[in-house]
Parts: sequence; structure tokens; C-alpha cells
Amino acid sequence: MATRVVNVVVAGLGGQGAIKASDILADAAFRAGFDVKKAEIHGMSQRGGSVTSDVRYGTEVLSPMIPRGEADFLVVLAGSEVEVNRPNLRPGGVLIPPDAINEADLPNRRSLNVALLGVLAARLDLADEHWLAAIRAALPERLHEVNEKAYRLGKESVR
Amino acid sequence: MERRLLSGDEAVAAAALDAGVHLGTGYPGTPSTEILEAFDALGGRAQWAPNEKVALEVGLGAAYGGARCLVTMKHVGLNVAADPLFTAAYTGVQGGLVVVAADDPGMASSQNEQDSRRYAVAAGLPMLEPADSQEAYDLMLAAFELSERWQLPVLFRMTTRVCHGKSIVTRHATRAPAAVQPFQRDIPTRVMIPAYARPAHKKLRQKLAALQVFAEGSALNVWRPGDVLLGVIANGVTARHVREAAPEASLFEVKTIHPLPLAKLREFAASVERCVVIEEGDPVIADACLAAGLRVEGKPEAFRFGELDVDRVRRILARDTSPEPVAPRGKPPMLCEACPYHPVYASLRKHDCIVAGDIGCYTLGVLPPYLGMDTCVAMGASLGVGLGLRHVLPEADARRVVSLIGDSTFVHSGINGLVEMVYNPPATGHVLVVLDNGTTAMTGQQEHPGTGRTLDHEQTTRLSIEGIATALGVKNVDVVDPIADPGSFERLLVDRLGRNELSVIVSRRACILAAADIRTYDKANAAKALLVVDGAGPAQPAGCGGTCTSEEA
Repeated sequence: MATRVVNVVVAGLGGQGAIKASDILADAAFRAGFDVKKAEIHGMSQRGGSVTSDVRYGTEVLSPMIPRGEADFLVVLAGSEVEVNRPNLRPGGVLIPPDAINEADLPNRRSLNVALLGVLAARLDLADEHWLAAIRAALPERLHEVNEKAYRLGKESVR
Repeated sequence: MERRLLSGDEAVAAAALDAGVHLGTGYPGTPSTEILEAFDALGGRAQWAPNEKVALEVGLGAAYGGARCLVTMKHVGLNVAADPLFTAAYTGVQGGLVVVAADDPGMASSQNEQDSRRYAVAAGLPMLEPADSQEAYDLMLAAFELSERWQLPVLFRMTTRVCHGKSIVTRHATRAPAAVQPFQRDIPTRVMIPAYARPAHKKLRQKLAALQVFAEGSALNVWRPGDVLLGVIANGVTARHVREAAPEASLFEVKTIHPLPLAKLREFAASVERCVVIEEGDPVIADACLAAGLRVEGKPEAFRFGELDVDRVRRILARDTSPEPVAPRGKPPMLCEACPYHPVYASLRKHDCIVAGDIGCYTLGVLPPYLGMDTCVAMGASLGVGLGLRHVLPEADARRVVSLIGDSTFVHSGINGLVEMVYNPPATGHVLVVLDNGTTAMTGQQEHPGTGRTLDHEQTTRLSIEGIATALGVKNVDVVDPIADPGSFERLLVDRLGRNELSVIVSRRACILAAADIRTYDKANAAKALLVVDGAGPAQPAGCGGTCTSEEA
């Protein structure tokens, strides 16, 4: 197999946009030409409970679920969810916690999910054009500017 | 052809459109809910039924009429629809009828983890099961062809990871809904009096025998040759876990869940040294294989619970039954901070009520601080269970019993309980509290007959909960706003508990998450009504004009 599968877990609390963020990531990888699978648990979770979503991309993805302890990246939107999800990360995997971004710098607090995707983007091999197209496809037009800004803020924070 | 990243639910909706489905109906239930919403968004004709039994009956009628119809529900909904389902297997259909049952292994959002594959065996119906979104699309097209070819309803089993997982789908068929022919009378086929049912059952078994032959040769099942030392038989998303956990193993992916291709499976099992059946939930395939004398091993009992994943598949293959690592617990879901149910639960707790509860977000009132629910069994069960408690408890306790139900659940199957309440009233009377938040909140704010809007939020006749209670003869029927006037809810509750009479209290306040959308829908519908009136004659005042039924407007 040419490309190793990249495993990303996105976690947060219901209403924070964790599912939306994983949708954007999956779409960006799809636009970049990879095979993609995404698995999530929602339902009652939208009542403020824990939400996690697995995104996997590569040449061929089989199971939609990331085996425990095999996530390359763990993006967490809520401080309380960091420890709960840490066992998902493989040794040497990268944790992107909510305070990777200074909330005060965000154009809108609701865009934390996209800003953290920016932080993730700095470490992945997906071109900006795919990320931006995925963000635009996932959100209504009035939110495009704010979220593109949040994405860039996240991406530049890594340099 | 266009490739897109779709959830399994969206893929089913796309297939329904491409298969020329005339009508999609169902009742919302995680993880099946998005199918009909996506079908509607794609331009299909979709509607919510008050419950799964009604949805299936409507679908059956449509299929008797020669149309293609899709019916969707979650696994527990299939129990509600089971009565007509079993007889539909006898009557068969003329058009295509596919019934989706979405199982929830691990109970992410359900009260039990039942395995719907049992229903295919019990009812005697063909069942297909996909492993990902592309298969959900392909097998849904196949299911309609199968249904029409054998003139039988076809069950379509999905699980959470297929419904809510996303993967790439290529759509490849398009077929506009065919014109439905005039009604063909066929009484012996469709009226199941015993004289007609007896031959119908024989005919069904003949069809199943023929279907067995079909399954054996079906290209839908996938045999992936590999290691001769290890072979795995798997179904659904589990087959994908197996390919990742043991890429070298021979694999038989079963798509025709019922009837099973047992001769093919026998051949497969014989081709490998060790053959393991790995399936989520009940040992349906393993038991069938063992009963047929195949040389296979099933999974240890510990893996009957919850979802399977790559890790657990590795364990099953390694015969490793050591304790599995316990995942840290995340934050459980809870009532929204501004939820209108809070004052209701506070009052129930303050007065030490025994609460027969029901299924919906309000079930979360069972958690601290309220611990506000003593029973919760099934959709609509709060009425019957509350009445049973009232009948037998010592009087002092009986007086504390309250049945608590949401608006959508009341319409789903609470109405039947209300009929029981007026028919066999307990000596101490009874109190039913309907928590009417104007939406089906738990599954993501779907419409229902009590909202007065159809699946796509268009205006329709609004069912009146208080009107039904009054019409059925309940003595005391009140409507209160628990947020605007929490004191009056509490006073009313105390007063009604003290009477030996039947009471219904409708606690009405829009769901905090849905309120803004509800206002938008009502405004749009009012404007539309005005436009129609404008076209027809003199303009009516905005907002109502006699056609607007919303009390929130």
C-alpha cells in the first residue's frame, strides 16, 4: 500500500462543532484525492455530552473506526475532554488541545473548531485549497470569512 | 459518474431517489433519522408517520398499489412495526417495499441493543446488510429489485457505524418513479383470514426456498481468498474491521443476511483450517452455521455486548478473553441549561412523585440533580406503567404516581395508553404530564403530527393533545407554560394529585434548541398562506388569517 492511513480523532462536547470539524477534514482529504472514512457517535450526545469523531484517510481505508491507541492526531475542543480521549493517541501522536489557540484572538468563539483544524492543517499533507473548499462547502456563506480567518489563524500559529 | 463523500444514511436516500422510490416514510430514530431527511432534501417525497407501525402500513399500502416505497426506523421501532411486518410476509407486495432497520450496537442512543437480523428469520423475509456507504447505495438498489422480483418486503439492516459513517459513493443508476397502475383487486392474496393465510404461509416458505438458491449464487456476497490457515465469516462493518485486523485471512463477507448462503459458507469453511464467524451482536450467522453442521467457531460471549472494532476482532481471532481496557468515561448527555423541562422536574421532585417516564430528551431528567424518573421502558410505556403502579400500590404511594411523556412520544404510542387510562381508571385517578416542547427533540428536532408541520416544515393539520384528552373524556385537562409560570404548574400538579380523577397537564414551551427554527417555519408558512389568499381574493391580516394553527406565533 502506497500511503499509510492517517488517523485523526476529533473530540468535544455536543454543540461545539466537533462533528462539523471532522466533516470538513474528511471533505478536505476527499478533495485531495484520498480514500476517506469517518465514524462518529451522536444522537443523545447533542445534549452537551461527549462527542468523538474518527477520520481516516489514505490510499485505502478499511474500518471506519480508529483502533484505540492508533490515532496520529487528537484534536480536542473542550479542556474536560482531553484526558478522556488521550488513550486514543498512539505513542508519539500529536495532541491539539483547545488552548492551542488563544480564544481572544478568534474572530468568533464559535470558530474554535475551524481554528484547531488550521493547527492540524499545518501538520498534514492536504493543500490549503482543499481545506478552504471544504470549509466553504460545510458552512453558510455568511460564515465563510470568519472561518477562513480562524483557519489561517490556526495554521499560522504553528510557525 | 459523480463521486461524493456520503454517510450511509445519505447513500440510502440517494439510492432511493435513483431507484425511483415514490414514497419514503418512517419515524425518526437514531441512527436512521437522516435517511428520510436526506431523501426529502434530494427532492424525494418523504414524510414522518406518527409511529413505525403506521409507517409500515402506509408503505405496504403503497406497495400493494404497485409503487416503490422506503420505510425507515431504528431497531426498537421494528418492534412497533412487527405486527404488520409478519403478515406482510404472507401477503407479499406488488411494488417494491424496503424496510430499513438501523441497529445501535453499544447503545449510543437506545434503550437496548437488539439484533434486527432475528426479525428476518422470524418473519421469513429476505434481508440485506451493507458494510459502508457505497454498499448501502448498491444494496439498496438491489433490495428494490429483489422485492419486486420475489414480491416480498425486503428488510435492510444497518448499524450505527454504517448509518453515521461517511465514505465515498459513486451513484450509477437513475430511474424515475414509474407510473402507478390502477388498483388490482386480489383478495386471497391480501386479506389474511385463516383460509387465505394458510396457503399464503406455504407460498412464503416456497419463496424462501427459492431465495435460498438465489442467495447461494448471489454476487452480492463477497468471497476474498487468502490464508488457508485462517478464514473469517463476517457481515456489515465488521467485515471491514476484519480486513484491517487480519489482512492475510480468507474472508467471506455476507451481504444476504437472510436466507444465508449456507452451501457457499460450508464450501468456504471447508477451504480453511480454522473458520471463525465474527459478527456484532447476536450469534445469528454462527448459530445457523453450527446448526447446519459447518465446522466454524463463534466469538466468546463477552463480545456479544457493544460494538466490535479492529481491536476486538484481533482479540476474538487470538481467542483472547482477558479483560478489555476500560475506556475513560466521557461527559454524559444532560438536559440543556435552559430546557423548559427543568421546572417540571423540580416540582415532581419537590413533591416526591413516583414518575413513570418515557423515551425522549426528558429521559435525561433521570440524572442528578432530579433523579426524576422511576421507570422507562419503551416509547409510550409511561402511561401503561403508571396506570399499573396506580392499580396496585398502597393508596398513599399510588397518589404520588405521575406518567410523564413528550409530545412526539405521546403521538407515537402514548395515545393508546390514554385510551386505557379512561377505560380502566385507577381508584385514585391518575395524572399524565405531557412535556410538549413542539418538536421531536432527541433525534434532532423533527416534525410530528402535534407540531402542525410536515417533514419539510410545510403547514398541515395540527393534532391537539389537549383536544384528544378532552375528547376521550379526561375530566381535568390543562395547558400551562412551565417557564412563564412555574408556580402555576406546581399548584396544578399538587391539586390534581389530590383528586381521585383523571388529569392531563400539557406543559407547553418550545425546545430551546428548536425555538428559533420553529418561529422561522411558522413565519414562512404564514407568508405562504397569505400569498395563496392574495391570489384567491381579498388579503387577510398577516400572521393567522384562520389558517395559522401555531400558538407560539
